[in-house]
Amino acid sequence: RQWISSSASRPPLVSRLLLFLTQRFYDVEMLISWKSNFKRSLGLVWSCCDVWVSSDFRFVGQSDWFRANRRGKFSWDFLQFKNTPLEEVDMSHTLVNYTGLTNLATQKQLRTLRLRGCPEIDDWFLARLHIFQDSLEELDISECPRITTGGLVALRNLKGLKLLNVSSLPRVSSPGLVIILLEEMLPQCQITAEGYNHSLRGADEEDMESRKSLNV
Amino acid sequence: MSAWRRLPGKARSAAGLLTSTRVTERLWDPRAPSTCSQSLSTSGSSRNDYLKDLQAQLAGMRKKAADVLPSSSWTSLEINTGLPPKRVDIVIVGGGVVGWSIAYWLKKKEKVRGGVQVIVVERDPTYSQASTVLSAGGIRQQFSLPENIHLSLASADFMRNINEHLGVLNEEPVDLQFNHSGYLFLANEKVAHIMEENYNTQRLAGAKVSLLSPTQLKERFPWIDTDGVALASYGLENEGWFDPWTLLNAFKRKAISLGVTQFCGEVTGFKSITNVLTTVDDEKVGIKRIKSVKVQMPNSLQYQPVDCAIVVNAAGAFSGKLAEMLGIGLGPKDSFSGIPVPVEPRKRYVYVVHCPDGPGLDTPFLIDYSGVYFRREGLGGTYITGVSPEEGEEPDTSDLEVDHQFFQDKVWPKLASRVPAFEKLKVSSAWAGFYDYNTFDQNGIIGVHPLINNMYFATGFSGHGLQHSPAVGRAVAELILDGSFQTLDLNNFGFKRILEQEPMLERNIV
Repeated sequence: RQWISSSASRPPLVSRLLLFLTQRFYDVEMLISWKSNFKRSLGLVWSCCDVWVSSDFRFVGQSDWFRANRRGKFSWDFLQFKNTPLEEVDMSHTLVNYTGLTNLATQKQLRTLRLRGCPEIDDWFLARLHIFQDSLEELDISECPRITTGGLVALRNLKGLKLLNVSSLPRVSSPGLVIILLEEMLPQCQITAEGYNHSLRGADEEDMESRKSLNV
Repeated sequence: MSAWRRLPGKARSAAGLLTSTRVTERLWDPRAPSTCSQSLSTSGSSRNDYLKDLQAQLAGMRKKAADVLPSSSWTSLEINTGLPPKRVDIVIVGGGVVGWSIAYWLKKKEKVRGGVQVIVVERDPTYSQASTVLSAGGIRQQFSLPENIHLSLASADFMRNINEHLGVLNEEPVDLQFNHSGYLFLANEKVAHIMEENYNTQRLAGAKVSLLSPTQLKERFPWIDTDGVALASYGLENEGWFDPWTLLNAFKRKAISLGVTQFCGEVTGFKSITNVLTTVDDEKVGIKRIKSVKVQMPNSLQYQPVDCAIVVNAAGAFSGKLAEMLGIGLGPKDSFSGIPVPVEPRKRYVYVVHCPDGPGLDTPFLIDYSGVYFRREGLGGTYITGVSPEEGEEPDTSDLEVDHQFFQDKVWPKLASRVPAFEKLKVSSAWAGFYDYNTFDQNGIIGVHPLINNMYFATGFSGHGLQHSPAVGRAVAELILDGSFQTLDLNNFGFKRILEQEPMLERNIV
């Protein structure tokens, strides 16, 4: 839907035709919604496999990480450690979401969770992280586009957290204030928050935009 | 000040303009406060004005002449297009969040497109007295009845996937602004055992709650004065608060896109037929069936009788009055028709306070055993707070005026004793709203009334209608379209308990 916001270029002919038909015929509307549902459910199915293949993890007591190598192959040696709990998981840039967290729910000794740039992670996912409240020490949720301030509040339960990375979260408004409040909320935690424009000019422009929209 | 400085510049540039309309446009700068419009026209332009007026009038006359001719759509009779249709399948009385949730689920569950024709009748489109928009917007699973816990869990589930349910193609996605802060209930010695029992019920039902001792509580929230607290119950997940207006509009937008129509009008009467049946004890009972609903237009004597098959009473605080129009509660005292629908409006005040040293980002929705509650609002040290008045001291419900003395007498002392930082605070504003209070047992009434065949009630939630609205909507839609509850069994919320005078009390009412 990015083409709606950019007024510079008109959307391609096919999309315009589809929109025209969708607004006039119920059948086309249903087909389009099926297509987006199919994509999403396919995404969920792929995400399960995808996460499995593209995530990296490390077991308790081991010092090596299990990752897919350069050619995408994954060694099956991890099956030796079937009953050992996981200690660190890196699921950055995967499609893991709230339902996917059930797979990790049994890992009571999880210490590190890296979820950089995951597009399906939202506030409800963060609320569910309370299952790791005793063990989690490091959490990286930078660059996740769906997290808002209401979700960062959900990190209140992770009292053992020592490192938190909340850089470049696009939907967090007034990031400077939120980071200060987060630091107060989690006093033992070291918070990394880069990629925000803290300058006052940014706030001024936002003010103008909001006043213009009020007048219109 | 800056407006005055800008004025000479504008005057210079406007001197070249002739017509008065163009001058006012240039002077109206959105950034400046309203400046007086000066007309800088000369005598030459007044002649121009006259000609322009003449042209406009001639054009108007031409248009009127064209309208009078038969092919135009203008008529001298005023046709009110806001009248509801003469015949629909289901009329939902009440356009709050419960009413629109039922409308959405009815359309979602109809098996054929256009299978049920649903209209929603709301008498106040500004929602000035509606409980939905005046609510504090919290959702919690910490109840004592398993049904309430399941309703809240189902509603939280709905809100988690809200865009899948209520997303409309090519419109903005729904953002409820949900704050996942959890609820914190405090109990003293006397009620600690009830809290423990409730905790077990909640855990069994699947709610994620934890119990805290006073020491753990002090460690977790150092700003609380734990004097008198024996036990605390803290929600870990699916609890918090959100924006009720967004939820209402999301339901409305999706329901309208599925074919529900909204009408502004007040239901002032019903036409019904009565079947007289004899009971085993040879008593005669009249069972009514509603044939049509009389919908009166706003500020007018005009009304439309809407023939319908089913009426849903989602009128919130005014549901009791609506049921009275059908004679419920007006019969002889010892019969079923003498028992009124026990829902009445109760006024509750909410005060917005500002305290710069108050608790931080992880402030839960705190509810003390004395009844006083508060929650954080925004990021700037603002909180909203209130307390439910004692039984005998209920404020007058004829209007929504706020009693500020109530804050001084009843709210502030208890608040400051629980959270010492609140000794220094300032009330920025306040509002009042109605609870659709069920005077019988403070729990919702969901189901058909035994004396009225086709009126479905979804009311009496006494302060937790908003948080249960998605699940209640689904339940009522199942009742109407499938004949019985399918996903959650809410038979205990029916009228049976009211007619048999067996209350099902909810012990965790705020």
